[in-house]
Amino acid sequence: MLRLTFALALLGAPAAAGEIWVTNEKDDTISVIDTATLEVTRTIPTGERPRGITFSHDYSRVYICASDSDAVQVMDPVSGEILHDLPSGEDPEQFVLHPDNRRLYIANEDDAITTVVDTETRRVIEQIDVGIEPEGMAVSPDGKIVVTTSETTNMAHWIDTESEAIFANTLVDSRPRHAEFVKDGAELWVSAEIGGTVTVFDTATQAEKAKLHFAIKGVHEDRIQPVGFELTPDGKTAFIALGPANHVAVVNAETYEVEEYLLVGRRVWHMAFDGDHSTLFTTNGISGDVTVIDVAKRKPVKTIKVGRFPWGAAYRPTGG
Amino acid sequence: MRVIGLAAVFSLVLGAAAASETKLRIGYLEVERPAPPVLSNLDAVPEDLGLAGARLGLSDNATTGRFLGQTYTMSEVLVPEGGDAIAAARALLASSRAIVLDASAEVLTAIADLPEAQGALLFNATAPDAVLRDTDCRANLLHTISSDAMRADALAQFLVQRRWTDVALIKGGHPRDLAFAAALRASAGKFRLKLVGEKTWVFDADMRRNASAEVPLFTQDFRDHDVLLIADEIGDFGRYVVYNTWLPRPVAGSEELVPQAWAPVVEQWGAAQLQSRFEDQAGREMAPEDYAAWAALRALGEAVTRTGSDDVAVLRAYMLSGDFELAGFKGRPLSFRPWNGQLRQPIPIVTDRAVVATAPLEGFFHQGNELDTLGRDAPESACRAFEEH
Repeated sequence: MLRLTFALALLGAPAAAGEIWVTNEKDDTISVIDTATLEVTRTIPTGERPRGITFSHDYSRVYICASDSDAVQVMDPVSGEILHDLPSGEDPEQFVLHPDNRRLYIANEDDAITTVVDTETRRVIEQIDVGIEPEGMAVSPDGKIVVTTSETTNMAHWIDTESEAIFANTLVDSRPRHAEFVKDGAELWVSAEIGGTVTVFDTATQAEKAKLHFAIKGVHEDRIQPVGFELTPDGKTAFIALGPANHVAVVNAETYEVEEYLLVGRRVWHMAFDGDHSTLFTTNGISGDVTVIDVAKRKPVKTIKVGRFPWGAAYRPTGG
Repeated sequence: MRVIGLAAVFSLVLGAAAASETKLRIGYLEVERPAPPVLSNLDAVPEDLGLAGARLGLSDNATTGRFLGQTYTMSEVLVPEGGDAIAAARALLASSRAIVLDASAEVLTAIADLPEAQGALLFNATAPDAVLRDTDCRANLLHTISSDAMRADALAQFLVQRRWTDVALIKGGHPRDLAFAAALRASAGKFRLKLVGEKTWVFDADMRRNASAEVPLFTQDFRDHDVLLIADEIGDFGRYVVYNTWLPRPVAGSEELVPQAWAPVVEQWGAAQLQSRFEDQAGREMAPEDYAAWAALRALGEAVTRTGSDDVAVLRAYMLSGDFELAGFKGRPLSFRPWNGQLRQPIPIVTDRAVVATAPLEGFFHQGNELDTLGRDAPESACRAFEEH
């Protein structure tokens, strides 16, 4: 009860009502967390091994990578019903929805392919050969560039969305897992799990601009494995999940210096902000829970039990 | 405007690729050894053991190389039993300066000592012998297969962590069994396990019928212990010991709970992807030898990618430097020990059905790299060949 009051106080009264949707990789479910009460309100069955999750821009649909079902599932977020599957190619792991709200770019991990699917006609527009084990997917805010990172090839592949062809390949450190265009698309950030770094690229030239390094007292450097990350909307602060280091790094996105490390659950994967970006929710794979972080105070405030191996996270406003 | 920009970048990328035509020719040499006779016929040894892993590594490298204008080829040579391994190695070295070897320790050192092999880069993908990492090490021979010592140390760490510190040992008579038994004994000393007794398997009866009668008696005179260790690396008798012991005790070592550099049950850290890629290509499960051969190819690929060179001297120097790290699907970056050329790697401790633990285990510290708690560490190494190179 005390916890609940605290959470409510933290969020403030007028915060938009919303939900965080978390995919549970080894339970074949989604846990839906109410961002106001910080409780799991629904558990929704999905296809096998759900990982990537994203909403359509009007939040009327949710797309789920059901990796072992070899499908991207399209769900009605209100009813929780699967409406249909999209042809996704084999073993879809991650994807991004293009700003046109129509094209979905999907990383097919087992096939070294990025598949472009039209979500309206439900047809494959293009399959693009990329490196081995593609995973990280990012789209620039203007929609002109999509990036796929490949884990074993250790590259970011830059795709021109007009021709649906690769126009540049840039090396990153070992085992890239996640990519995001940040600062209105001026920079591309790519995390490298085994390399233990995040590389910052200048989007215009695809040149490496900076590299983030991490060090946590008492944690061997080999266990510091950056995976998912998010930046605050002002582009000034980055939160970076460090996998089995069980910490999230808070990084000054302008100086590229780490300012703090926050202790979260075990093997932290991905994260999502709530509607007003005052709280951040991280998925902790091994401990099977979600850590709620107060963004302003930079403090973990609550742990929420979800399903087995929570992986992806996405925010949905509920309007209330 | 943007299209022009993209076109310019594209031609730059192509231009760079054309300018740095990098082509690495790799050799794979298998020197067949006779398979020792075993009691059970259950486990067939795949014909392409090791080789199938190298083939997967080659295709992994080729995919990366495609984006960088770097190409890889691999010549496969099989020397049948009784064939001339040295002549085959000489011939292969004439065209390939990087060679992955599946051969016995004696043949490995003989090949490494050839005049033609000086300045070449050889990988031992199958021989776990201690001497190859120690007194018989060679500067041109790196080891991607784990050593007996690494596997034994992994198991010892697990036993210490569980506080199962009193152990008994049954060993077979094959040289591989004796080598692994010696490694287990050394690990027991290193991690302060107490070896309460040791026996050699002597039965010549058919244990498929007699195990339940013979094994209880055979194990009856061991002093009380927590775990019974088995050194049966050729897979002869160990399976008949399990559940037939005088005292109800878990079995570990070559049987039941086994430290393995790789096993079909390894699935964390993206391993499931490597397993499925391997199974798609080879039509069977991935064994430690396949993993080691894959790692040799990938180490070469990673070094070529990062250095942009196909000169094996450059590749070797990079691999032995602090900059090299290989993503090996075991949760930590893999690298080579600069004092003896052994690939550092976590060792999963597995049953047929699951990974029970992965060494190095929590609490086993090392001033440099925790992976160096497994196997021969620098201060105790008698290998000097790497000092002058």
